[in-house]
Amino acid sequence: MIDLEAHLRRRRAEGRKLFVPYVSGGLDGEWVDLVRAFADAGADAIEVGIPFSDPVMDGPTIQEASVRSLERGTTPHTVVAELRGVSDEIGVPLIVMTYYNIVFRAGHRRFAQELAEASISGAILPDLPLEEVGPWAEAADEAGVATVLLAAPTAPDERLPRICERSRGFVYAVSLLGVTGERQSLATTAVGMAERLKAVTDRPVIIGIGISNAEQAREACSVADGIVMASALMRLRLDGASVQEVAAAARKVREAIDG
Amino acid sequence: MALAPSSPAPVMGNPSDDGRFGRFGGRFVPETLVPACQELEAAFRDAWGDPTFRAEFDHLLRTYANRPSLLSECTRLSEQLGLRLILKREDLNHTGSHKINNVLGQALLAKRMGKTKLIAETGAGQHGVASATAAALLGLECVVYMGEVDMVRQSLNVFRMKLLGAEVRPAMSGSRTLKDAVNEAMRAWVSDIADTHYLLGSVMGPHPYPWMVREFHRVIGDEAREQCRELTGADPDVVVACVGGGSNAAGIFSGFAELPSVRLVGVEPAGGAAVGRGVPGVVHGMLSYLMQDEFGQVQEAESVSAGLDYPGVGPEHSHLADIGRAEYHPVNDDEVIEAFQLMARTEGIIPALECAHALAWISRERASMKGQTVLMNLSGRGDKDVAQVQSILDGRLT
Ligand SMILES: Cc1ncc(COP(=O)(O)O)c(C=O)c1O
Repeated sequence: MIDLEAHLRRRRAEGRKLFVPYVSGGLDGEWVDLVRAFADAGADAIEVGIPFSDPVMDGPTIQEASVRSLERGTTPHTVVAELRGVSDEIGVPLIVMTYYNIVFRAGHRRFAQELAEASISGAILPDLPLEEVGPWAEAADEAGVATVLLAAPTAPDERLPRICERSRGFVYAVSLLGVTGERQSLATTAVGMAERLKAVTDRPVIIGIGISNAEQAREACSVADGIVMASALMRLRLDGASVQEVAAAARKVREAIDG
Repeated sequence: MALAPSSPAPVMGNPSDDGRFGRFGGRFVPETLVPACQELEAAFRDAWGDPTFRAEFDHLLRTYANRPSLLSECTRLSEQLGLRLILKREDLNHTGSHKINNVLGQALLAKRMGKTKLIAETGAGQHGVASATAAALLGLECVVYMGEVDMVRQSLNVFRMKLLGAEVRPAMSGSRTLKDAVNEAMRAWVSDIADTHYLLGSVMGPHPYPWMVREFHRVIGDEAREQCRELTGADPDVVVACVGGGSNAAGIFSGFAELPSVRLVGVEPAGGAAVGRGVPGVVHGMLSYLMQDEFGQVQEAESVSAGLDYPGVGPEHSHLADIGRAEYHPVNDDEVIEAFQLMARTEGIIPALECAHALAWISRERASMKGQTVLMNLSGRGDKDVAQVQSILDGRLT
């Protein structure tokens, strides 16, 4: 399994901005091809959503993708099983993003073990904040799976170092007050959030939520170490774009942040 | 010197610092909301300990909500059922249900915190109507999220909310009922947190909501206990309430939880029996019994009553079930429709479909309570349900 944080730190040390595109796991018959295509397009890590029935941090696009995926009979196990070996093959770390009940239901140790066995490097659980993360994070640490924590603009200054301390892999900077989804422009809070985090941590700081095009990605990367892009890419796919077309959009983002 | 014996922790006392009732509860929310929940908890602790706030709340309950609510003895129904049935008349509160207690408490608190806008979710529309009412009374903006399905079956309440100056936004995802309205309200809160208070309508959600909402409803149980002693000279044998999220039940149970001889019964819809059919899970910010599949996907509840159409339950109820202090039983939709008519015909009271669940259980289990005093929480009036029941009974009513 690729060590997520070591991998990202190495890339950053090479002077590279980090690009983390997102795929909704189980969305259609070609979703794993899209994972591979994102690797070819220059992803430094790839986030894979495990659909949940009640995604409270997600806006309309990821909700729609989740519903579509669930209707195809996707389960946490089918997503993980289809990812088995993919990370080793493409040389890019994979991170699952899902909601805590999926993990809680499976059992912390069992879920962490299952991820590790499929060479999945990390997990993001947006409804599991610092105060509640303990039991899962312990099991994930033990299995070598990085628990990426989110930091949001509402956090008072004293809270940020504690989040950065407990996060593994990178710190996920929430760009704005809101849920996932495409936005017209980069939120005014985005760069400030990255600045606040960069001031208190040495871990990679990657901005996500609402980053919608190459221009916004470049702007965000003026301070942040990288960006996550989810809804904008999934919207293309939901509206019928081919794997190649979505990958081409990802490549544009890659080129924009490479400057 | 002997150590003073420490008194046992009260059954429905304060949750732990991390918001737990036993193993249930907690605060499982997006990071963005954590500071807001902490701010709310601090504000509630401060307000609840402040005699000025308590007096203000009490004043509104008495002069606006019509408290104390009556206790009514059901003479004819008692005779028919072979037990002594007493009703706590939350249906006589302003806006027609118990929901007004919590709403006035939270709206006052929101104002004290300097918030200018309320958002709320609603199932049957009762909580939405109560929220819109409190917003109008206190001069706050109000947006209510309601499942699209519920907007149809409770269209009268949608219009009421609009009349009261609130905006009603449909929740179009998932089952388009209460669960999805909560999701939508939480997303809205994440997006608009600075000047907005999320006025959650039941004893559910992240800490401090389950505790705070129960405290605002405690007045139901406190009044009922004293009224019952006055009326019968004793405590009731059984206290029965319907359970959706569990706020009216928590309110009335809290007045009797410390009296071991009083049996506490929560009645769930068979299609939304979180305690009866659920396993522990996490949704809407809390760890509690939850109807879900083997992978952790939340199941859609299915009940004739929009207010009980919810796959989860407040965490304190999960705890009360775990320690055996309260029991939870299901009734099906047919039994509920029967009970709805029974109460109308026999007592001249049209109950909300929600609390018709409580009567349905009492009626079914009456043999086991022969001669006992049964206190039922009549959580709301049934005006909102008349059209729906009419369409169900169409042709059946002679
Ligand atoms: C009259 C009435 N009773 C009960 C409920 C269920 O809520 P809870 O279980 O929180 O009391 C509702 C909810 O809409 C209601 O309107």
